[in-house]
Amino acid sequence: MFYFIAKRTIISFFIMLAATTLMYFLTISSGDPFEDLGETSGPEKAATIAARTAAMNLDVPPIPRYFLWLQDVGHCLVPGGISCTLGQDRTGAAVLPQLENAIGSTLRLVVVATVLALVLGVVVGIVTAIRQYSTFDYSVTFISFLLFSLPLFWLSTLLKQYLAIDLNTWLANPQFSYLTIALIGVVAGVVWAIVVGGDRRRRLMVFGIAAVATALALYLLLVTGWFVAPGFGVVGMLVSAAGIAVLWTALLAGFRRRRVLNAALAAAGVSFVGYLVSIPLLSDPNWFLVIVLVVALAVVSYVVAGVVGGPFRAQAAKIGAVIAVSVSLLIVLDRLLQAYPTLSAKAGGRPIPTTGSQSANLEGTFWEINLDYALHLILPTIALTLISFATYTRYTRASQLDVMNQDYIRTARAKGLSERTVLVKHAFRNAMIPITTLMAFDFAGVLGGAVITEQVFGWNGMGKMFVDGIANVDPGPVMAFFLVVGTAAVLFNMLADIAYAFLDPRITLS
Amino acid sequence: MTPHDKNRDDSRASVELSEMTLQSQDTDISTARPTRDQTDRIRTTEAKSQGRLIRERFFRHKGALAGIALLVLIFILAFSSIGFAGLPGWWNKEYDVLAPRFNEGRPTLTLWPFSLGEHPFGQDVLGRDYFALTMRGTQTSLIIAFIVGLVAMVIGTTVGALAGYFRGWTEAFLMRITDVVITIPTVVIAAAVAGIVAKAGIIPFAVFLGVVTWTGLARLVRGEFLSLREKEFVESAKSVGASSFRIIFRHILPNTVGVIIVSTTLAISGAILLETALSYLGLGVVAPDTSLGKAINDNRSALTVRPWLFLWPGAFIIGIALAVNFIGDGLRDAFDPKQTRVKQ
Repeated sequence: MFYFIAKRTIISFFIMLAATTLMYFLTISSGDPFEDLGETSGPEKAATIAARTAAMNLDVPPIPRYFLWLQDVGHCLVPGGISCTLGQDRTGAAVLPQLENAIGSTLRLVVVATVLALVLGVVVGIVTAIRQYSTFDYSVTFISFLLFSLPLFWLSTLLKQYLAIDLNTWLANPQFSYLTIALIGVVAGVVWAIVVGGDRRRRLMVFGIAAVATALALYLLLVTGWFVAPGFGVVGMLVSAAGIAVLWTALLAGFRRRRVLNAALAAAGVSFVGYLVSIPLLSDPNWFLVIVLVVALAVVSYVVAGVVGGPFRAQAAKIGAVIAVSVSLLIVLDRLLQAYPTLSAKAGGRPIPTTGSQSANLEGTFWEINLDYALHLILPTIALTLISFATYTRYTRASQLDVMNQDYIRTARAKGLSERTVLVKHAFRNAMIPITTLMAFDFAGVLGGAVITEQVFGWNGMGKMFVDGIANVDPGPVMAFFLVVGTAAVLFNMLADIAYAFLDPRITLS
Repeated sequence: MTPHDKNRDDSRASVELSEMTLQSQDTDISTARPTRDQTDRIRTTEAKSQGRLIRERFFRHKGALAGIALLVLIFILAFSSIGFAGLPGWWNKEYDVLAPRFNEGRPTLTLWPFSLGEHPFGQDVLGRDYFALTMRGTQTSLIIAFIVGLVAMVIGTTVGALAGYFRGWTEAFLMRITDVVITIPTVVIAAAVAGIVAKAGIIPFAVFLGVVTWTGLARLVRGEFLSLREKEFVESAKSVGASSFRIIFRHILPNTVGVIIVSTTLAISGAILLETALSYLGLGVVAPDTSLGKAINDNRSALTVRPWLFLWPGAFIIGIALAVNFIGDGLRDAFDPKQTRVKQ
């Protein structure tokens, strides 16, 4: 293992070195760094040329210039040496501070999009594999192909133009006519009927229940003014916590063991008490406090669920911790939603922003600032997620089908295990192994996609650094961007290989 | 299913059964139309070439057939309407001729009753006929995509084949180069140079895009070669003294054709999207040429007032990419039926 990591690190280092060389020479040979000065004249021009020549070392031939840049990067690797700047851009400013400013917003975008796409893609992929050749399977296949074929910038522009602007207008006065509510109910009913499937009677029943429930819920939300001042409220939180407990139990343990269900409900109760206790603590916290509270709640739930679980202690305790973390996420979401009315007022009644990664000069509580981040993330995240989602769904489906054909699945069924155990414990875990590799590749792809998304939505992230750098033939920012992206690609590939060997004992690393 | 339905189904099955029994009774067994049972036996013994099996599986894939139909339709529309390489087309307007704008440049296409009108896709801000412009863009995008696929296929196959067959230093060298290129996201490496290459015209631009997108194919082909070179037929070819060149091209390569075709197809749909993305960033096709991505980029501020300038090229991009993706899926199923088969 250690030998493998050491070997891969050394190889990766040389690959990165070669890749930076390639990238550097491509960048500096891609144009004329003084092109924008072509039409100006006078003493400023000569001064700018002199300043740029000094900042970009243009008086040095290309190959030594590359080594000068490498030297700047080297300063960052050697601790305690000369200060680390990653070189200069063409105005003579150090690149590292710019990168530090840019990297936060880009990473926020990429990580959120990857996680969302992964979760949604895997869930939908598994369901399509289980219900292969159903209407649901065919619809998802078609939608995935459609998403594969969508140009990212085109989709982003459409989202910006239609979704954001119309949604903002609607949020200013959130009302629907009865006809619209009924139509939304019908659409929701059709979707659920397709997802759940079964024979005609069951589909009709699902359709009816889903349609009525959706329409009713929507009506209630509108009447109570939920869209003006959203949040779960105490009752909503209690119901949601119980629902989460039942859901996780159904997925991870099944209902045959009553003690486990009781333990899960106890964990939900603990989490709900935690929610009540945390109300004053969370009025204006910081991330450290939030994380400490989540961990504390998880530990308490772990213990309580373990005690209630009795003979099934280990399983019950794990489910308890999972429920506590899920409810914590819900509490955070609730808090963010509660910050919505004030933030919306501060944004002049147009809460969904179409440009930028955060509002300038926004002052407010922890929740308001984070909700502001979240609202800025909505549109670019939808665009990036939709495109990665297609990949994850297709691969998960193929991988799950592959696993379902294995002999050990037949053995598991033959020895009388419940379908849930077969699917979750035997099939799902093994189907996830190839997805680790996909994630490594996709993450680098999404970083590349962020270049385009940032351009459309006017973010000041790494993608903008790169595009501007290319336009100005300025290798400093371009190479800084590439150092981050390339290192991420190399690192994720190595992690995927290690994870692969860890998850699949048939593979040994050498 | 209600009991009534069930009865009806049973009766239908029995009618079928009795018909078949009748047939096999009153005709000589050797000339009779085979019963279902016999068909199965015949199917398993009938000689079918690999190519025919693949063709049959491909034509069973409805999505792929629809994809082919759509792609052919787009091809014919794009190349016949405004003509190509000096040949005239049936559409009477040029994509680069300015004209006074007719009805604010709105599209005149009506579906029922169907009529194209003066400017079916409308006119752009300068009054150019947008149908001709879109068709011209479609031609360019198709040409670029197919050249990219071809170049990526040739380079990827060569690199993968050499690395997989010769192993040793050749493999180490070629695969490290592949790793270096894979480390740089395609959009990034393409964006770095595309701006310069694109000025030289669309053919150099397309070749360049092919030069940066071959890596995935090289890895796949190498994997195939690694397993095929250990097979007995390669050993027997070696034993009769076949040269390496002959073994690679005559013996191994034909066995990897499935992988190559499938990933080339996917490379083509990727190339369409890459070209449009680069043109959108202003690093792709430059005037006087036009492409679907460039048309969208030129009119991106027009979305609110003239949405058709934005939507038509987008619809064609999606149409082409969707068709190619479905064809690729059909080819994958045809060449590798193991992937979709389920025993339940």
